[in-house]
Amino acid sequence: MLVIILSGFIFAVFIPWLYRRFGARSGWLFALLPLGWLFYLAGQAPLVLGQGQAIEEHIPWVPSLGVELAFRLDGLGMLFALLVTGIGALVIIYGGGYLSGHPYQGRFFLLITLFMVAMLGVVLSDHLLLLFVFWELTSITSFLLIGFEHQRYGARAAAWQALLVTAGGGLALLAGLVLLSQVAGSGLISVINQNGAAIRSSSLYTAALLLILIGAFTKSAQFPFHFWLPNAMVAPTPVSAYLHSATMVKAGVFLLARLTPALAGTSLWQALVSSVGFMTLLVGALLALGQRDLKRLLAYTTVGALGTMTFLLGLGGDLAIKAAVVYILAHAFYKGALFLVAGAVDHSTGTRDIERLGNLASILPWVTLAALLAGISMAGLPPALGFLAKELFFESLMESTWPHYLSLGGAILAGAITFVVAALVAFKPFWGRTQDVPHPPHPVSVEFWLGPVILSGLGLVVGIMPALATPLIQGAVQSILQSSLKVKLALWHGITPVLGFSLLTLGLGGLGWAFYRRLWQGGEIWRKLAPWGPARLYEVGLNGLRRFAAWQTRVLQNGYLRFYVMTIVLTTVLLTGFTLLSRLAWLGVGGWGDIRFYEFVVVVLMIAAAVVIPRLRSRLATVATMGMIGYGLVLIYLIYSAPDLAMVQFAIETLTVILFVLAVYRLPKFTRLTPSPTRFLDLLVAIGGGMLMTALVLIVTARPLVPHISDYFAQNSLLLANGRNVVNVILVDFRGLDTLGEITVLALAGIGVYALVRLTLGRLMVYFEGLEEEEEAEHERAL
Amino acid sequence: MGDYLVLFPLIVPLFFAILSLFAWRAITWQRGLAVVGTLILFSSGIALLDVVIHEGIRTVQIGNWPPPYGISLVVDAFSAFMVVIAGGLAFLIAVFSLGSMDEARLRYGFYPLFFVLLMGVCGAFITGDIFNLYVWFEVMLMASFVLMALGGERAQLEGALKYVILNLLSSALFLSATAVLYSLTGTLNMADLSIRLRTTIAPDLVTTVAVMYLIAFSIKAAVFPLFFWLPASYHTPPVTVTALFSGLLTKVGVYALIRVFTLLFLADVAFTHTLILALGGFTMVTGVLGAAAQYDIRRLLSFHIISQIGYLLMGLGLFTQSALAATLYFMVHVIIAKAVLFLIAELLYRMGGSFDLRHLGGFYRAYPWLALGFLLPALSLAGVPPLSGFFGKLALVQAGLVEGQFVIVGVSLAVSLLTLFSMTKIWNEAFWKPASKELRSLSGSTGQRMALILPIVLMGLITLGLGLGAEPVYALAQQAAAQLLDPGAYVAAVFGGLP
Repeated sequence: MLVIILSGFIFAVFIPWLYRRFGARSGWLFALLPLGWLFYLAGQAPLVLGQGQAIEEHIPWVPSLGVELAFRLDGLGMLFALLVTGIGALVIIYGGGYLSGHPYQGRFFLLITLFMVAMLGVVLSDHLLLLFVFWELTSITSFLLIGFEHQRYGARAAAWQALLVTAGGGLALLAGLVLLSQVAGSGLISVINQNGAAIRSSSLYTAALLLILIGAFTKSAQFPFHFWLPNAMVAPTPVSAYLHSATMVKAGVFLLARLTPALAGTSLWQALVSSVGFMTLLVGALLALGQRDLKRLLAYTTVGALGTMTFLLGLGGDLAIKAAVVYILAHAFYKGALFLVAGAVDHSTGTRDIERLGNLASILPWVTLAALLAGISMAGLPPALGFLAKELFFESLMESTWPHYLSLGGAILAGAITFVVAALVAFKPFWGRTQDVPHPPHPVSVEFWLGPVILSGLGLVVGIMPALATPLIQGAVQSILQSSLKVKLALWHGITPVLGFSLLTLGLGGLGWAFYRRLWQGGEIWRKLAPWGPARLYEVGLNGLRRFAAWQTRVLQNGYLRFYVMTIVLTTVLLTGFTLLSRLAWLGVGGWGDIRFYEFVVVVLMIAAAVVIPRLRSRLATVATMGMIGYGLVLIYLIYSAPDLAMVQFAIETLTVILFVLAVYRLPKFTRLTPSPTRFLDLLVAIGGGMLMTALVLIVTARPLVPHISDYFAQNSLLLANGRNVVNVILVDFRGLDTLGEITVLALAGIGVYALVRLTLGRLMVYFEGLEEEEEAEHERAL
Repeated sequence: MGDYLVLFPLIVPLFFAILSLFAWRAITWQRGLAVVGTLILFSSGIALLDVVIHEGIRTVQIGNWPPPYGISLVVDAFSAFMVVIAGGLAFLIAVFSLGSMDEARLRYGFYPLFFVLLMGVCGAFITGDIFNLYVWFEVMLMASFVLMALGGERAQLEGALKYVILNLLSSALFLSATAVLYSLTGTLNMADLSIRLRTTIAPDLVTTVAVMYLIAFSIKAAVFPLFFWLPASYHTPPVTVTALFSGLLTKVGVYALIRVFTLLFLADVAFTHTLILALGGFTMVTGVLGAAAQYDIRRLLSFHIISQIGYLLMGLGLFTQSALAATLYFMVHVIIAKAVLFLIAELLYRMGGSFDLRHLGGFYRAYPWLALGFLLPALSLAGVPPLSGFFGKLALVQAGLVEGQFVIVGVSLAVSLLTLFSMTKIWNEAFWKPASKELRSLSGSTGQRMALILPIVLMGLITLGLGLGAEPVYALAQQAAAQLLDPGAYVAAVFGGLP
């Protein structure tokens, strides 16, 4: 199976080149790849489906992180892989016609092939993290495909929405999968599925389950995350048919099915999965009311269908799982076909508005045939597979513990609405009064009707002869249930209550069809309710996030250096002070007694200078006062018998004062911009900083000095390094490398000064007023 | 020979800095020297890494003064790893600079400064002496300050001023902490410190010093709430310089944090490392929110640097072998991914005429290859599989969940969604949105255009390769992390087996 994935990626690399060579016709060529895979997979069917043996491959990838290229082709994987490759081939052929002449047709082929490989990866992975890798790849390719017509704002917004919702869910999924593999002690799905009991009794089960469900629900557009799917309909129609109906959106459902042996069966699973599924199936059906766009109608019923599948997986048990699998298959056939039909109609007439379409049967005969066949299945009419699926659905509801009036009531309502939508989509455009369309309808080429006819035909054939698909369905059911349950399917169940429910659904549907205009007017209510829907929540959340982000940035990065300095000093004082105070009983500071008078005088002078500086308005006076502090330091060095340090300090101070005086002489006086409360706060922070450093110095000097390397320097300076001046020897020998670094700094400063003076790009004069970052901040504030 | 190799990361940049100084007016020569010098630096880093992996930690005593009296240079797997990344990035940036840097700046010492910056960075990576580390920090600071101000544009000077003042606060704190540490232990050698701090008489005071170092290095690493210098300055110099800074400066801060909090300050891990974890969380969030508010690509990416620093701290805060390995892996990933995004920003500017997303557009239609070149590192930064960022994120998430640190894991995942948000924002605005004005094609000679494109292609491939081939790098990170968690080996290597 690695061969499939690798060949896909390698092939994808050549697609741009092949497309340039073969042009629009290359759709037929590119379809050969999935067709080849289809035959390869079908060749494995006797083994996988007949003998119930899964084919496994294990290749190490990142063993340190426990990620393995583990693939497994079992019944469930086979079902999905066949759907992905089969529909994929048809969609690629279709894309050859549908996007003919589009400047991005080559990119379409590339992206759809990449998506197909990723989707195959999802369904064939036997490792949670490998599955996740492919899962995210489908999200990214979906993003790029939804935004295919990226010149339009709507397409960009819809692509973004779909990505953020599914990728957000994907992150929850990642956490959930990592938790699950830590609980199970393995990332291999087949191993995890054998340890279901242990996993479900783990304390982390709930967390893992919830996180995984968020991932599955966002991907499969379950309520309340369903809103991205109808918006994703801005994608080209083959994309909608393939990603957003037949395959990708089923990834969430697939994941639920895949992990059923490990996670299902608890009351939490049942309650959560089935009720979310039920809500989704109702919401999907009800929101379809009032829609006039073919694709949006199909999208909402897709949401409903995904809800049905989730509902069934939530219910669990032999019957419900069987129903779910049949439903997946039936839906893939009819919905894929109908999307492609909608695209053909759109291409032919230039509109997808059901109110404007009609009487296309004579112009699009094959498309009409496909539409009718698929419509029968969607409406749940015999003898199509859709009928069978619906019967099984009702049967599982009868068996379930849900109150029947609720579950059956909801199912019948949704079924009836689906019937009406099927009629609207598959019947109305082709018959009845003539159309009122943007351009006169033109016939379409074979690429347009081949796919729909094959898919809808399959739905009919399998409905009439379910035995054809029984091994496939049985294989999938068996791998979900991990049992050897035998599946028997028959169109005719005899006269049962279920048949009655079916008839009731059809009757209600027929009634709805008869009065569909009134019904659709009722659907207008959704437009009024939209401001309270979850899509609105997404929008509000996104805007709120942006506003919060802008506010936070304005507050933190406000452009004022004084604020930055203060925050840093404050953080230092708080964190270090807290650590110090919380750890030391009290600071044993002694030896205040031996302060001599002249030391006292020097220190008082320095403190006085420090207090005066912030109050000065003249720069010259400030420089002079700062000089006082510096010379005070010189005196202290002298008192403590460090004449060399004193000399250095003296030279530095003198030079600094002279340079400053020269530089600031022409500058204006300081202006005071900060209000008094801020200045008071500044004072507190400054005092805090000073106190912290003072306390540290006092504590440290109160402790006995640790002589260690200094003794060595004193002893060996002359002996080993031949120098009498220990400080000099330290600088140039013992720690010569430091000095190398420091002289480099000096050299750099030289280059810097030279460059600054000589090289002024942009403006020659430099103003420090109205600094750029502050201006920006002011600008933001004004907004 | 193996031990002299330890000196290469210092000597090579110094030597080439001096050569470039001699070639002050010969810009063509300087260009050649830049490419050759960085390539040698990179190769010697690889050689050093190879030696360290196979023969263990290597040390050199400067001037042959025995430890702890002289300055020790110590290269363990972590150090060598960092030198390799720094050398590799420097090489790619040097190539890019051939096409991107304006002649005026080259004539005023761009390349000498570039090499001295590298010398400071590599010095910090290989020194085994805490005061010597301070010296390299100063070298780095001065070199980066001048590089940032070089050109003297108004915005540059403002940014550089804020940059240098805030970083001097860090230096002051670093120096004060070192003074306290010295008076407590009487030594500056890190191996010696490691021993003495384990047996010190004042563990509480040591924790206070640890917090001082934490703050000093956190300023360098642009950690919340100390990161102000970065967004205030990174958008001002030429993008080539910013790309270099983004890969090196903050990462040296993170390197220093990892070094001292695995080797020296282990007295109260429950306190210090939890503090680091919390700071990491806040850094991720504030950084990514800052990015969400930006429209200038350079500012947006600058805020993302901060956000990603949070991830690096997360691994240190969790303080397990796999968490540290995750941090090291993440380091390679983020340095490459972030630098290449800056380089792409430069191309967008050259062709679209702006750094502002509101004025850019149309690149997906006109330049699909550039779009792909952007998408790889951008999605990688957002942690999309199978790119490098995914494995970094995965490793951190796994390490966090094993430790039961659910909050930080949740935060890190939410932040990666926001990262995806702002990366796709760039995509939507600059690539998908129709262009408001005609895009220019890249100007310059073929050679210059190659110089602009080649590093981007290489770095895109590295991002992809680091993801698909994550195993060797991650295994190496594991080895380096194991070494970090065994300070005894470091001490033994410095003292020749006699601690």
